[in-house]
Amino acid sequence: MPSDAITADAVPVLQADGIARYFDVSRPWLQRTIAREPRRILRAVDGISFSIPRGTTLSLVGESGCGKSTVARVVVGLYPPTDGEVRFEGQPLSSARAQPELRRRMNMIFQDPYASLNPRWRVRDIVAEPIRAFRLARSEGDVTDRVGTLLRQVGLSPADGEKFPHEFSGGQRQRISIARALSSEPDFLVCDEPTSALDVSVQAQILNLMKDLQRRLRLTFLFISHNLAVVRHMSDQLGVMYLGRVVEIGPAETVFRRPRHPYTRMLLEAIPDLAMTGKARTPVAGEVPSPINPPSGCPFHPRCPLANDRCRAERPGPLAADGALVACHAVAEGRDQA
Amino acid sequence: MTPPLLEVHNLRVEFPTRRGILTALDDISFAIGRGEVLGVVGESGAGKSLTGAAIIGLLEPPGRIAGGQILLEGSRIDNLRHAQMRHIRGRQIGAIFQDPLTTLNPLYTVGRQITETIQVHLGLPDAEARRRAIGWLETVGIPAASQRIDAYPHEFSGGMRQRVVIALALCAEPKLVIADEPTTALDVSIQAQIIALLKQLTREKGTAVMLVTHDMGVIAETADRVAVMYAGRIAEIGPVRDVVKDPSHPYTVGLMGSIPDVHTKVERLAQIDGAMPRLNAIPQGCAFNPRCPHAFDHCTRERPDLMPARATQAACWLYGKGARHAV
Repeated sequence: MPSDAITADAVPVLQADGIARYFDVSRPWLQRTIAREPRRILRAVDGISFSIPRGTTLSLVGESGCGKSTVARVVVGLYPPTDGEVRFEGQPLSSARAQPELRRRMNMIFQDPYASLNPRWRVRDIVAEPIRAFRLARSEGDVTDRVGTLLRQVGLSPADGEKFPHEFSGGQRQRISIARALSSEPDFLVCDEPTSALDVSVQAQILNLMKDLQRRLRLTFLFISHNLAVVRHMSDQLGVMYLGRVVEIGPAETVFRRPRHPYTRMLLEAIPDLAMTGKARTPVAGEVPSPINPPSGCPFHPRCPLANDRCRAERPGPLAADGALVACHAVAEGRDQA
Repeated sequence: MTPPLLEVHNLRVEFPTRRGILTALDDISFAIGRGEVLGVVGESGAGKSLTGAAIIGLLEPPGRIAGGQILLEGSRIDNLRHAQMRHIRGRQIGAIFQDPLTTLNPLYTVGRQITETIQVHLGLPDAEARRRAIGWLETVGIPAASQRIDAYPHEFSGGMRQRVVIALALCAEPKLVIADEPTTALDVSIQAQIIALLKQLTREKGTAVMLVTHDMGVIAETADRVAVMYAGRIAEIGPVRDVVKDPSHPYTVGLMGSIPDVHTKVERLAQIDGAMPRLNAIPQGCAFNPRCPHAFDHCTRERPDLMPARATQAACWLYGKGARHAV
């Protein structure tokens, strides 16, 4: 239970402190000099903080280009952060390279089960690689046993280890990815859109499997998705991202029941209605602006129905509202209740 | 009585391979009325896109129509020659595909592509065709259309490009539009805009739509009727409200249960175990029987055809020959 977990573990498994990641997307020096262009910096992630208690799931949602996958990569250390710090059980991740033990305890599940498994390796070798890399087994016999257990755990059979990835369907491949991710006995998994390449009925199987494993192994998840319905099913906490920033973050049920930020509301309203209430959706005007040249002030102001001069000039900071943190001037001033 | 706009009778599509013939669509029949929106849902490989491709005559070889008929306003279009089919495509049946970037030619301005379509199909003079093209871009909601008409596809964002594709599909005023996953490549907030636009335009012009998608939410909002496909067959077809709210076929029931709902949180999603069979390993009898919680021995012997099941038509023995079980 999430609330118990928060009190039981004072130190969250993972904590992000104002992490930022910039990319230099300038043209080559010569072209830039001839055209007299300045350097161009893409602020993919621009100052994000959160913490995830043991055994719970924090989800980040947002549209393409909002920086959610970049956060995932910074958190597992695939990208070093430009600014800020990621802490794993209180220890800064910047020292993780020197500490294989920290690396072992976090792992990642990727979006595309077709691209993330080596097609030339047998499944048993794919799953065994982390076991061998971290020297977690004493003998080759142990490795085989461990791989068999892992495959069973994700709903495959040990005999499947002899096959190659192309012999499996998308859903089964994602099960293999999960087995590989679990093979280093991690505490923390980053799942970057783990089901968006799958069909709905297979998606349900994978989501159920992930929840079962989380309960059984007390795993902590950072879950990245653009699908709000999937996120609602999985999350204890929810963060909504827009153009590299978190605009609203809080307990998932609170955010779903009482979304405060105009962008969160818009996202929830934009979901097609399966309940068939006949209520017409309010299509939102405009599209996500380029993160290379984001709007001044609040990045959402060009699409926001509540925007005023302050929103155009001043970047809002996170502010407590209804148990969540909301970065919005309109909410802070109470203009959203009108 | 005038025939329905589009009729598909016992359509069968095959792919000859070195290891024998694969039947990708097996005995599909349905009709679309004038101005009607028919949703076609199913998981990848169920044959939904293939149905659309067969209708507009764009099956990728070696795929071929091996049986059945496709009729547009009562006359056959499945046996037409390429040149004849080109007059139907665009003029009578428009198409919108998933990825707007591959639909549009990157080397031509969007204006040229729309103008060309209008000229080929409606035979209008240059100036008039261009005037209409600008009108269409305005209709689909592209700001400053008279300037943007001379822009290239890469100068538009994803959502704007899909608007251009819709303009391109509708500009020759076809009676039927086949929209294959028109919003799948787009973000949710843009999806809502595109669906609203497609709905509004087709209603105004009285255009019928065959909307192929895997997103049940989009279907629930847009379609009048829906066909659920499984392993190259129609498992269930009926009015959208009945199929979504009170499905009859066990596959549809499982499919609806496995979709997470954003409005309520459940501990566990209903799941259908297993996966859809591959084309070379379709089970005897009903293709769904190995995964079906209600399967009985008859299901493994004989293949069910569509039969009346409560408010819809379902290909399921639970509703056959006196066996009045309910799911």
